[in-house]
Order: sequence, then C-alpha cells, then structure tokens
Amino acid sequence: MAKVSPKKTPMQEQPPKERIKNYDEVPFGYTNEEAVLEALRCLQCKNPVCIEGCPVEIDIKGFIDFIAKKKFQDGVILLKEKNILPAICGRVCPQEEQCEQKCIMGKKNEPVAIGRLERFLADWERNHGVIEIPEIPKPTGKKVAIVGAGPAGITVAADLARWGHKVDMFEALHQPGGVLVYGIPEFRLPKAIVFKEIDFLIKLGVNLYTDRVIGMIQSIDELLSEYDAVFLGTGAGLPWFLEVPGENLNGVYSANEYLTRANLMKAYLFPKYKTPIVRGKRVATVGGGNVAMDCARTALRLGAEKSILIYRRAKEQMPARDEEIHHAEEEGVIFQLLSNPAAFHGDKNNWVKEVECVRMKLGEPDDSGRRRPVPIDGANFRMPIDLAVIAIGNSPNPLVPSVTPGLKVEKWGNILTDLETGKTSIKGVFAGGDVATGAATVILAMGAGRIAARGIQEYLTTGKW
Amino acid sequence: MAKIINKKQIAPNIHQCEVEAPLIASKALPGQFLIAIPNEFSERTPMTISDWDTKKGTVTFIFLEIGASTEVMTKLKKGDEFYSFTGPLGKAYDVDKYGTVGLIAGCYGIGAIYPAAKAFKAKGNKVISYSEARSNFLLYWNDKLEEVSSEVRYATVDGSLGKKGHAYDLLEDDLKAGMKFDRIIAVGCSYLMYRVSQLTRPYNIKTIVSMNTVMIDGTGMCGACRLVVGNKTKFACVDGPHFDGHQVDWDIVLSRRKAYLEEEIISKERW
Ligand SMILES: Cc1cc2nc3c(=O)[nH]c(=O)nc-3n(C[C@H](O)[C@H](O)[C@H](O)COP(=O)(O)OP(=O)(O)OC[C@H]3O[C@@H](n4cnc5c(N)ncnc54)[C@H](O)[C@@H]3O)c2cc1C
Ligand SMILES: Cc1cc2nc3c(=O)[nH]c(=O)nc-3n(C[C@H](O)[C@H](O)[C@H](O)COP(=O)(O)OP(=O)(O)OC[C@H]3O[C@@H](n4cnc5c(N)ncnc54)[C@H](O)[C@@H]3O)c2cc1C
Ligand code: SF4
Ligand code: SF4
Ligand code: FES
Repeated sequence: MAKVSPKKTPMQEQPPKERIKNYDEVPFGYTNEEAVLEALRCLQCKNPVCIEGCPVEIDIKGFIDFIAKKKFQDGVILLKEKNILPAICGRVCPQEEQCEQKCIMGKKNEPVAIGRLERFLADWERNHGVIEIPEIPKPTGKKVAIVGAGPAGITVAADLARWGHKVDMFEALHQPGGVLVYGIPEFRLPKAIVFKEIDFLIKLGVNLYTDRVIGMIQSIDELLSEYDAVFLGTGAGLPWFLEVPGENLNGVYSANEYLTRANLMKAYLFPKYKTPIVRGKRVATVGGGNVAMDCARTALRLGAEKSILIYRRAKEQMPARDEEIHHAEEEGVIFQLLSNPAAFHGDKNNWVKEVECVRMKLGEPDDSGRRRPVPIDGANFRMPIDLAVIAIGNSPNPLVPSVTPGLKVEKWGNILTDLETGKTSIKGVFAGGDVATGAATVILAMGAGRIAARGIQEYLTTGKW
Repeated sequence: MAKIINKKQIAPNIHQCEVEAPLIASKALPGQFLIAIPNEFSERTPMTISDWDTKKGTVTFIFLEIGASTEVMTKLKKGDEFYSFTGPLGKAYDVDKYGTVGLIAGCYGIGAIYPAAKAFKAKGNKVISYSEARSNFLLYWNDKLEEVSSEVRYATVDGSLGKKGHAYDLLEDDLKAGMKFDRIIAVGCSYLMYRVSQLTRPYNIKTIVSMNTVMIDGTGMCGACRLVVGNKTKFACVDGPHFDGHQVDWDIVLSRRKAYLEEEIISKERW
C-alpha cells in the first residue's frame, strides 16, 4: 500500500484576489482522483468513532469505502439514507468540531477530510444527473404540516414522506431553504445546490407552499384540525441589536437585512434585480461568528475598500469556523479585535459616518468558559465608516409563539421541546432546530429534525402523547 | 395563483389591483397588509389590503407607481400572476366602540382607511374620514368612502375640492372649532402622519399611525422596518404597522425615508 499522507488532500480554490471580485463559490471541490486519494487515507476502522461525531449518524466509513472503490453511486445512496442535504453539510458543517474531530487519523495527523468527501459525492450525483428516488411505501393516510422550510423542516419532511405520510410544508418567504437561502452567501453555498436538494424533497412527494406565514394565514389550531401532527421549524430569525446610540442611523443594517438583501433578493446583481443594498466603501461588521464572516466577506464582494470586523474578544475566542476566519483573513478583512462599539455617529443627513468603540481586555472566564471582555475606561476611539452591519446574534422568531396560546417558550424565546421526541407543550405539535435551541448549525437542526420525525412517527402510530 | 382579476388606473399614477387570493381574503382584517413581488427581479413591496371579497376570493389594493418595482406592477395586466404574494401580515386595527373616530388619509391611505371606516362604523362609531390629494382629480374612492363613513371631508392643495390645503390643515380647523374625537387614525406619507400626531397631542386624543417603513421579509426576521416607539425598538411588520403617533420617534422615521434614493434612481433608469 502506498504511504498515506499525513495531511488532507488539498482542495483547489479561487485565489483570494480574484474571488473577492465575484460571487462564485470559493473552493472548487475534489476531482474524482483527488476524492479517491483522500478516501484511501481512511483506515476503515473496526470501531469507526467518526460516526459518533455526526449528529445525523452518517455511515462515514461506509461511504468513504465506496469512494475508495470508485463506486460513487453506491456511496451516494448510503450517504442519503441518513442525510438528505449532503451537498450542503459537506460545505457548511463545522466538521472540525464534529466528525473530523473524532476521526482516529486526526490523533497524529490531519483527520480524513470527511466533509470534502461528502461534498464530492453529492456534487458527483448532481453533475451526473441521475438522482435516485427511494421507493415510497403506500400512503398511511396520515397528514403532517411542516412550518418553515429550513434544514430542520426539510429533514422532517423527507423522513415522513419516506415513511408514507402526506406532508405539506409551509414557508413564509417566497423561496424555501431558510438560512441556507436567505443567509449563507452564494460564494459559500451556491443556491442552485440548495434548490436541487429541495427538488429531491418534492420528488419524494412533499407539497411545498411558499408565501405562507403560519400564525397569520393559518393558526396552529387550524393546522391541527386539518393535520395529524404539526412540526415547527421556524428558525432563529430575530436579529439582536447592540442597543447603542446611533444604531438607527441610515447605513446601519442587521446581518439578516444585509444578507437577505444580498442573497435572497440578489442585490449583488443590482440593478438587474431591483432590491437595493448600500455598497459601503468602509464597512464595519460587528461580531465574530460565521454570520459576521459572511457579512464582512460579502462587503468586499460588493466593492468595499475596507471591510473591518469589530469583535469584543480576541481572535482565539471567535465562534466562527477556522476555515471562515482563514478565508476572511486571506481576502483582506481587517480584524479590529478587543473592541466594542459604544455608539454610531451620523452626518447631517443621518447617515452613519463613524463608529465609536471601547477598547476591551480579557478578564476572568465567563459561563461559556471564554475569558470575559472587560472595557478599558477612557480608551474609546473612532473609525470612519459608511456602512455598519450588526452580526451579534439572533433569537427564535417569536411570531408563532406570540399567537399560539399554550405553546411554552423558554427565557430567550426558544420553544420548549422534549429532547428525545421534539414534543412541545401542545399535543400534536413538535418543534426542532434553531427555534428550539437558539441559533446553532445546519446539522444540529437536521439532527433535531430527525429526532422529531421519529417522535412524530411514534405519535402517529400509537396516538400516545 | 395570485392572478390579477382586475386592474385599472383610478387616478394619474394611482392603480387599483384586484388579485385572486382566497386564503388571504378569508383572513384579512382592517389595517393588515400583504407583500407582493411582481416579477422575479423585483422587490418585496408591502401593500395595505384595501378591500376583499371572501365569496369571490379576491383582495384589492391601491398602489402608487413610485420606483422600479411598482413600475413593473403597473405593467402587469389582467390575467397575469404575481411572482409572489403573501399575506395577511401585521396587526389589524383595534376596532372597538370609541365614540367618534377620525380617519385621516392621503395617497394610498385613502384606500387603506376604507375597510377601517367600514369596521369602525359597524361597531357603532361615528366615523369622520378625511381624504386629501394635490387636486380633485387625484382623489379616488370618494363614493366608496362616503358609503361607509358618517361624513367625508376633503382637502386639496389647489383648492379644487373642499379645504384648500392638506387634511391636517382641515383637521386643525376642526379641532380648533371644537370638534371632538375619541380616536384618530392617520395613514399616508410619513409627513402627514407626523403632522397629525403633532396636532392631536395637545388635545390628548389617542392617535394611531400606520407606519410604512422599508420592509423586506415582513416576518420580523430582517429588522429593516425597525423604528423607535416609546424609547423601545419595534419592528413595524410584526409589532405594527400601527403605533401610537405620540410615542413614535419621528426624527428617525423622517430621516430614514431618503435612504435608498440614489440606488433607486439607478434602478429606474436602467429598467
Ligand atoms: C449567515 C449565516 C451563516 C451561517 N453559517 C453556518 C455554517 O457555516 N454552518 C452551519 O452549520 N450553520 C451555519 N449557520 C446556522 C444555520 O444556518 C442554522 O442553524 C440553520 O439554518 C437552522 O435551521 P432551521 O431549519 O432551524 O431554521 P432556518 O434555517 O432559520 O429556517 C426557518 C424557516 O422557517 C421560516 N419561517 C419562520 N417563521 C415562519 C412562519 N411563521 N411560517 C412559515 N415559515 C416560517 C423561515 O422563513 C425560514 O425559511 C449560519 C447562519 C447564518 C444566519
Ligand atoms: C405596511 C405598509 C403598507 C403599505 N401600503 C401601501 C399601499 O397600500 N399602497 C402603496 O402604494 N404603497 C404602500 N406602501 C409603500 C410601498 O410599499 C412602497 O411605495 C413600495 O414598496 C415602493 O416600491 P418601489 O420598488 O416601486 O419603489 P422603490 O424603488 O423601492 O422606492 C422609490 C422611492 O420611494 C421611497 N420609498 C420606498 N419605500 C418607501 C416606504 N415604505 N416609505 C417611504 N418611502 C419609500 C424610496 O426611498 C425611494 O425614494 C406600504 C408600505 C408599508 C410598509
Ligand atoms: S453531516 Fe456533518 S458531521 Fe455528519 S459526516 Fe457530514 S460533515 Fe460530518
Ligand atoms: S475514524 Fe477516520 S479513519 Fe476511522 S473510519 Fe472514520 S474516517 Fe476513517
Ligand atoms: S420587514 Fe423584516 S423585520 Fe420587519
């Protein structure tokens, strides 16, 4: 056997200087040869611990073996048994904290590039046009309503459809996909991929209704009178603001607004698409997570000369994935660390022109185990900007709970659910994903969807609550 | 779905559009709005539901041709379908028996107060509607409004009908003359709503304004519609669009309106 490389097979990507001038995806993905080479790095462990790191329990060892043997179609089928959105997870999963963190290879060398291989298979299938539709059992006569077409809702819908239930899915926006479509930018996750995966859902027989804001057009009670069960996967779409002076000036966006304009409404193709977006020359993004990286990188692509990321802790404490931080740095995003905005100042037309920050230092660890940022008195400084994007987090969308008496929520507005089944406080109503956990990840939302699907199945068969 | 059943220009630059939307029609309440996208390339444009017919399964809204997206809307014809059509959104008016209710409207607001007038009247209120435009020929729905109001009072900037001036000038005269109101509702451009709120403040009349901030999703997700009411940040799409006009921070509202001017001009020129 050839000597196994200690490092992952590299993936080609667009050079930073070029890619900031376009909106195309940054990494190109593996070729067949590269994929096989990487698959051969897998030790095919007797006890494959990698699977423990995957919230949807993909048979990682199995699909990698198929790649190594060039049986790509078989690999795809195996992969899709557990994950209906492999092209997406392969791209956006924080693999370094999940499957790849567990991989045995990672103890001494770099782990097997599980995410890249997953992406490879999904892309291979899409590019080869043959999308296998699993056989669907005869209808059970049960009907389930899914509210929200994000990763959580999609997972539940797919599982239930495969078990023979009739599934109707309601989405508030004009396109399905949730954050995958309105939030995560094209250069990280091409929308065509998301729509292709949703096509698969439709082929499974799921009815998708867009433009339906549940809670407004239909109440949960009304859904319950028509359906045997309801799943709420409405996500964490309530943007937080800093609550500092000047935040309502023109030119201050929430990350959701900025990204929705750019992605869902395609403002990067303005004026072909009519939704406008402010193209700042000096853009300050506040925050240190994936969302903040996406905003800072979007700003560059929309023509910013300086894209500055303001974060109150140090780089080590940024919640964003390493890969995202690395990509942002390569592209020239300026990291203004240990700084926290105290105010935004405007010009005479009420346009933002400066951000005033407090300098911070690191103190004792807080609840999250990260060292707490403490302001340094009197160390305020100002930076000229013409656009600010606030990317400090989101909490669950309160709309459905606010009009649904009896639906219990927790402190941050998260819908209270049973962790084993996804049951909420209302009989027949299940929930999962960001709306239950608060803003998390695609794969965790899918994991929660899988659990809820089983919970729903159990409820539909036994009728027991 | 969302097929145009009827569409006509009812005054220069002002259009009335009736759309097949049975679900929305079955749910709509006075003061709620919808978000329409005329074609794939256009914006999500919020429009107040001005009338609906549950039997026919249609909703009607009035729109002004302002920018790129309403221009596309203008070009749509009977039989065409909207790319996307979502509603009802926002909270409805609190319709109760207050006594005398004054409804002050300009531009699309005239259509918007029609269902409100109907509902307040049905609850047993005396409803006085104020309808304003630059000139007589820019007014619309006079008959409809008269049918559902106790009285309709007109103001035109050129004096071609009713009071010469604005609806708020007329309201000011009426307040000074001792007319009593238990509630005032204003719908139209921000400036009109601002002026009405200023006027009624000394008289301590509860005044509701229907904010038409920029919106995108309309579900509370993007924060584009935020405004400050009573020192708290509110989202017009889900917390409103109706707010206490005496509590709204008008400085922010009036300054935000200019935000997109430059890009919108480009967008229109390239169309
Ligand atoms: C910019 C950004 C970047 C991210 N990057 C990553 C990443 O790299 N990796 C990762 O794993 N995760 C990432 N995440 C997080 C991830 O996208 C979310 O955790 C995940 O999408 C949650 O899925 P969900 O199905 O619970 O909710 P969502 O994806 O939020 O979907 C909820 C859906 O419900 C709809 N909805 C809401 N209310 C209603 C209603 N009343 N009626 C009908 N429909 C309704 C919404 O419109 C939406 O489509 C990112 C998030 C953002 C915002
Ligand atoms: C709850 C609500 C209800 C509404 N009801 C109606 C209605 O019944 N009929 C109707 O004609 N309009 C209504 N509007 C306003 C309408 O949504 C806007 O006029 C429309 O979106 C403009 O779209 P456009 O693309 O054609 O113009 P744009 O190209 O987006 O804008 C053109 C110009 O109008 C300004 N502008 C855009 N949107 C607004 C706004 N919301 N407020 C003030 N100025 C704005 C821009 O700054 C720009 O100068 C409502 C708005 C809201 C929020
Ligand atoms: S879904 Fe995510 S965690 Fe699971 S194997 Fe794929 S990349 Fe790893
Ligand atoms: S732990 Fe790593 S090496 Fe072992 S089977 Fe899983 S991917 Fe392969
Ligand atoms: S329009 Fe997006 S939050 Fe109101």
